[in-house]
Amino acid sequence: MTAEAPRRISVRSLLVAAVVAFGAIAAAVLIGPVGLDPGRVLLEVLDRLPLVEVESGLSPREAAIVWELRVPRAVLGALVGSTLAMAGAAYQGVFRNPLADPYLLGVAAGAGLGATLAIVTVGSGSLLVPGAAFAGALAAVAATYALGAAGGGRRTGTTLILAGVAVAAFLTAAQTFVQQRNADTIREVYAWILGRLGTTGWADVALVAPYAVISIVVILLHRRLLDVLAVGEDEARTLGVRPERVRAVVVIAATLGTAGAVAAGGLIGFVGIVVPHAVRLIAGSSYRVILPLTVFGGAAFLTIADVIARTAVSPSEIPIGVVTAFVGGPFFVVVLRSSRRDQS
Amino acid sequence: MKRLISFVLALGLLVAACGEHDSGPTTSTAPDSGAFPVTVRGTEIPALPERIVSLSATHTEVLYEIGAGPEIIATDVFSDYPAAATETEKVDAFNLSVESVAAMDPDLVILSYDPGEAMSGFAALNIPAILFAPPGPASLGDVYDEWQELGEATGHTTEALALVSQESEDIDGVVAEVPQTIRSFTYFVELDSTLFTVGPGTLLHSVFGMLGLTNVAGEDAGAYPQLSAEFLLDADPDFIFLADTVCCGQTAETVASRPGWSELSAVQNGAVIELDDSVASRWGPRISDLILRISKEVYGVG
Repeated sequence: MTAEAPRRISVRSLLVAAVVAFGAIAAAVLIGPVGLDPGRVLLEVLDRLPLVEVESGLSPREAAIVWELRVPRAVLGALVGSTLAMAGAAYQGVFRNPLADPYLLGVAAGAGLGATLAIVTVGSGSLLVPGAAFAGALAAVAATYALGAAGGGRRTGTTLILAGVAVAAFLTAAQTFVQQRNADTIREVYAWILGRLGTTGWADVALVAPYAVISIVVILLHRRLLDVLAVGEDEARTLGVRPERVRAVVVIAATLGTAGAVAAGGLIGFVGIVVPHAVRLIAGSSYRVILPLTVFGGAAFLTIADVIARTAVSPSEIPIGVVTAFVGGPFFVVVLRSSRRDQS
Repeated sequence: MKRLISFVLALGLLVAACGEHDSGPTTSTAPDSGAFPVTVRGTEIPALPERIVSLSATHTEVLYEIGAGPEIIATDVFSDYPAAATETEKVDAFNLSVESVAAMDPDLVILSYDPGEAMSGFAALNIPAILFAPPGPASLGDVYDEWQELGEATGHTTEALALVSQESEDIDGVVAEVPQTIRSFTYFVELDSTLFTVGPGTLLHSVFGMLGLTNVAGEDAGAYPQLSAEFLLDADPDFIFLADTVCCGQTAETVASRPGWSELSAVQNGAVIELDDSVASRWGPRISDLILRISKEVYGVG
């Protein structure tokens, strides 16, 4: 892990990333299957801001499309994207493995099983869903940790990933079993497995926001320590850092974020791989640089993916998980190839 | 992608499978064994079936209606109408075990979905099996054909023909009463709360078309498209039919509280109609009731 690029983030690159993210959100608000005048849409959004009174000229139904559907969905996409990308970057840092992501570690599968159990028992709109997802995710990451330790003595990156794959396979099987035993809710669960950004408007945003904010803030506060860990555990100890503690805190924060994102958006894959690596390619490998940029990058990536999901086959929608997998699958192969080359 | 395809497939089937019902009367007459052996959908049935396993809720309803009830020994878990169907032995048709069905020693198996290798399994075991494969009938003509095929396969041809003529007469009567309107009313059928709906090539689309109604999903959509919430708000259908009242607990009140839906004309005008999921998704003897209900809700006549 070397870094020729600067270790501290420049204001300029942060600004550029923020502009890209807000550009993507603006695009998501302006573009939809229904053609609305962009000027009027912007006026409508302005009108909703506090202390601003403007007449947008949209009909009540069109105004509802903008404020009840497009804006909350864009915000939700940005939150979920940021959180998943950030969780991916955090796992990669903690486990020092470029392929670590909420999916490979079994975290998403654990969240999926927890959420599925909640959906079949109390229904998909319940506040219990993210809680159950978090419980499942935490159990999964604990199992991966334990299995990784049992397999390799020390928790090396490789044994952890292998343990994660085993845990994910087991939990996915358990989830399939639960679904099949509950055929009456199978449609709700299926829709959710493929990943979808809500049709419930602001309620979903309120659901995921606390998880996303806590997760992002905690991980950002640990960005320097992740750089120290990247140098090596023994070196980190000599610098007075306790690697186990940093790992535990960052993993819990990333898991919390993943659980919230999975509960609101379903199983949307590849965000945690694509975004951090794209940021690395541009900005180097220092976590002090990667993590803040990943927040904006994740928001931009998922918001754009959702625009494609909403408009590509209008008036139907493609599940957003399908869109991210189309981009993410090939990207994953590229990352795999280049990380192999680094090792040899 | 395979997941997506199997999802769409499962959806179409589940639509045809969810719900609960009141029981109805069943009649039974002695089957006609003289016509056998018969060949239905490429399957030869050597003799009059006496042990029928029906793995399709729609076809279970038809079998009871044409008098084949006494021969039914098992039905799938979704077969809940008429009441007699709930008292038979139960089989999970979506995770089908050919072996456990074979253990019941059936002489006719009816399927509406082959989870993989079921048809070849029954063929290998020499058990006559008829598959009414997804996506199901596209029109009432196809429905009547299926009923007659079930009649032939079970020795109840006369009753099947009588059912077809009775139902088609009822339905033609309803369709004849449809008034001329200045413009065609538009509608949206909700199959689940993620806005999956019916499109061209489905029976419901065809039935609504017969009643002079226009699908907001359009004529170019797939059989079971998923609409975006935004598209639906913009399309602003005159009528909204909920076919997810039992499976997913949707009502006129719950949909009115969805984001933006309070602006929909159908919500404001009280034109959100709650249908029974299984009546709306099956094509058994209750199809004329469904058509009558839709006509009454839309035109006040029928």
